[in-house]
Amino acid sequence: MLETETLQITGDPMLPQRYAVRHVTKETPDTFSLSLEPEDEVNGMAFKPGQFSMLWVFGVGELPISISGDPANHGRLVYTVRSVGNATHAFVSRKVGDTVGVRGPFGTGWPMESARGRDIVVVAGGIGLAPLRPVIYEVLNHRQDYGRLVLLYGARSPRDVLYRKELAAWARQAETQVLTTVDYGGLSWHGRVGVVTTLFKYARLQPARSVAMACGPEIMMRFVTRELETQGLKREDIYVSMERNMKCAVGFCGHCQYGPHFICKDGPVFRYDRIQPLLEKYEL
Amino acid sequence: MQAHGFEVYRLVEKTPKVIDVGALGSLVKALIVRGYEVIGPTVRDNAIVFDHIESSEELPAGWTDEQAPGHYRLKRRKDKAIFGYAVGPQSWKKYLHPADVKLWSAERQGGTFRILNNESQPKRPYAFLGVRGCDLAAIAVQDRVLIKDKYRDPIYGSRRDSTFIVAVQCTQAAATCFCASMGTGPQAKQGFDLSLTELLDDNRHVFLVHAGSERGAALLSELEAAPATKEHLQQAETAVEAAAQQQVRNLDNTGITELLYQNFEHPRWDNVAARCLTCANCTMVCPTCFCTTVEDVSDVSGEHAERWRRWDSCFTLNFSYIHGGSVRASAKSRYRQWMTHKLAAWLDQFGTSGCVGCGRCITWCPVGIDITEEVRAIREGGINGNP
Amino acid sequence: METLERIIAEHPFFRGLESSYTGLLTGCAANARFAGGTYIFKEGGEANEFYLIRSGKVALELSAPQRKPIVVETLAEGDILGWSWLFPPYLWKFNAHATVETRAIVLDGKCLRGKCEQNHDLGYEVLKRFSQITAQRLNATRLQLLDIYGAR
Repeated sequence: MLETETLQITGDPMLPQRYAVRHVTKETPDTFSLSLEPEDEVNGMAFKPGQFSMLWVFGVGELPISISGDPANHGRLVYTVRSVGNATHAFVSRKVGDTVGVRGPFGTGWPMESARGRDIVVVAGGIGLAPLRPVIYEVLNHRQDYGRLVLLYGARSPRDVLYRKELAAWARQAETQVLTTVDYGGLSWHGRVGVVTTLFKYARLQPARSVAMACGPEIMMRFVTRELETQGLKREDIYVSMERNMKCAVGFCGHCQYGPHFICKDGPVFRYDRIQPLLEKYEL
Repeated sequence: MQAHGFEVYRLVEKTPKVIDVGALGSLVKALIVRGYEVIGPTVRDNAIVFDHIESSEELPAGWTDEQAPGHYRLKRRKDKAIFGYAVGPQSWKKYLHPADVKLWSAERQGGTFRILNNESQPKRPYAFLGVRGCDLAAIAVQDRVLIKDKYRDPIYGSRRDSTFIVAVQCTQAAATCFCASMGTGPQAKQGFDLSLTELLDDNRHVFLVHAGSERGAALLSELEAAPATKEHLQQAETAVEAAAQQQVRNLDNTGITELLYQNFEHPRWDNVAARCLTCANCTMVCPTCFCTTVEDVSDVSGEHAERWRRWDSCFTLNFSYIHGGSVRASAKSRYRQWMTHKLAAWLDQFGTSGCVGCGRCITWCPVGIDITEEVRAIREGGINGNP
Repeated sequence: METLERIIAEHPFFRGLESSYTGLLTGCAANARFAGGTYIFKEGGEANEFYLIRSGKVALELSAPQRKPIVVETLAEGDILGWSWLFPPYLWKFNAHATVETRAIVLDGKCLRGKCEQNHDLGYEVLKRFSQITAQRLNATRLQLLDIYGAR
């Protein structure tokens, strides 16, 4: 049985399709969400939660960015991008009406199929919440198909918390628990302070029934997966999303190799038991 | 031990023939007449390289190569053998998987743009003359990666589909060759349109020719050829066997994946890292290395952009760079990545070894690192390497 | 209405403790309630008790000149608050600020210290549990220090 599902892409995977920017949301001082719609005839772009696109800004370069929108919304693609360098800065500076190039979707997605009927534990760190947001949408769109939903989210500081309104809305859903924490408290933050693993003691988990999906900086995923195991989850029920340098996204350039895996083809979502030994290897 | 298991092509059963040196010249002309650009070995810059040739006169008759770790010299032969050498610094990926190729271009139109699907195309299909067993195996390895996996690379695919291959059976080996232990040679068994075995002694200079495809057989039928005798076949077999016997290096592939995966922290990696310059020569000369990078460029006006694909190497720091730094910062991690990928991970990814035993990486390494020696050292637990 | 003894016996922190010890602890325990916005203890104050938080939220803060206090960690239901009572000079190192109404069980640390000195088996059981808490908090704090979400 395939634990991580893929989807065939439409069109030539090497050529960008033209998408227009329809909406720009400033999530935090350095992070923006851009909502895109196709400019040309194309059957929208259906994607599975966890997949990513290659986004091209004219003359600047291409970025591998996870799709962070609602998979049920076939007309739009949403990306949450943090501005850390030239290419990301160019992308988040696009205005409504500008065109960007989009290739994809690429990669394996989160195991939504095999997680049916089970509790979903989502653990996100920083911008890692963006590739996981489609999971939450999917679960809330098909509530009967899944058990409880638990979201544990750690951000750097209060002003780095993403999707605040949505977090509050999700917390109000039935059978849903949303716990947020920050590493640095700040002056007016009345929420939790502490690293994301401190949230586990407040989470109402049923480990035997749970499938966990974690995304964030690699160090964070290492200690989160350890904590998930301490909580009683089996390695085969834990999934992580990995990241490496990516140039082509179609398995030809060789850059994204992680041990024997190509993160663009065999990932970015991996079942934890499959890559656990790799996570411990320095400079792999 | 066999490291490769290729698909068995249905060999075209045609009677082997024998042609002379003149007919070899006609073979080249016939290919040109058919519209191919003939690429063959030729002497340039003190090496035997692959380049465009117009006639068989340009082949390196009377030359041989002397190879050793970090050493390559051309020497004059006493005879006029046309294929009396092993392989040079280049491989056929120079043509099938070009080092520099435009993928597409784009024109800006205000806030939007137009993409033009205008990748570079060669003017004429290629005919490769002089493909050795190891290089044939390497082409098959790259086929598996670039056109037989999840996605198909159209640049490699279109060039590959149209290329005519004339293989040459090796009758001598260089000191750095180890194709016999990799199961990729010296005998080239399949994947060619024609194969030549040079038979040269005091009395005669001929080539035993086998057809490996319909179009190969068709071309052969146009040449002045005599039927091959049992004696020709015997002489060819002996000569190719001699090339195998001549090889002094070998790579033991037994349990190679477990060996390399489990020895991630073996002290030998520190030993080789002290010698490796991360110059990337090995990846440039290796016939199976396929890694590339993409470069987005625009002109001064900012109205016109292009995307280019260039060869890249896992030995560069940039190769593994993600926000904040390179994952493989040390030379040790990069050498280990290259060798482990080539010999072990490739098996998990594509079902065969990535190495074909051509020995180029040994010859062209400026400090003479020998991949067969590195495997031996890890297998035997030793940490002392080449000084 | 649950008895104090039962709450203590069933609390994960005290799991596995002999019933005689649980009884001992109960003898040192009492219910406590803190209104939102008040301080449970302040940095520099005498540390003679520790708390088993039953509901609410407590922010561990450090005061700094010319700025509002800095929150280094928050604790909530189920957490243990305070270990400075264990070691000399028995002074609190942080402020414990109940940010909302907080209910807790307060245990008399001074009394417990005495009992642990007399009964080393009890002392071992108590210290075993507290050292685990300190180890967990130390690891978590180290990770916080890494600033893993920060731009590099």
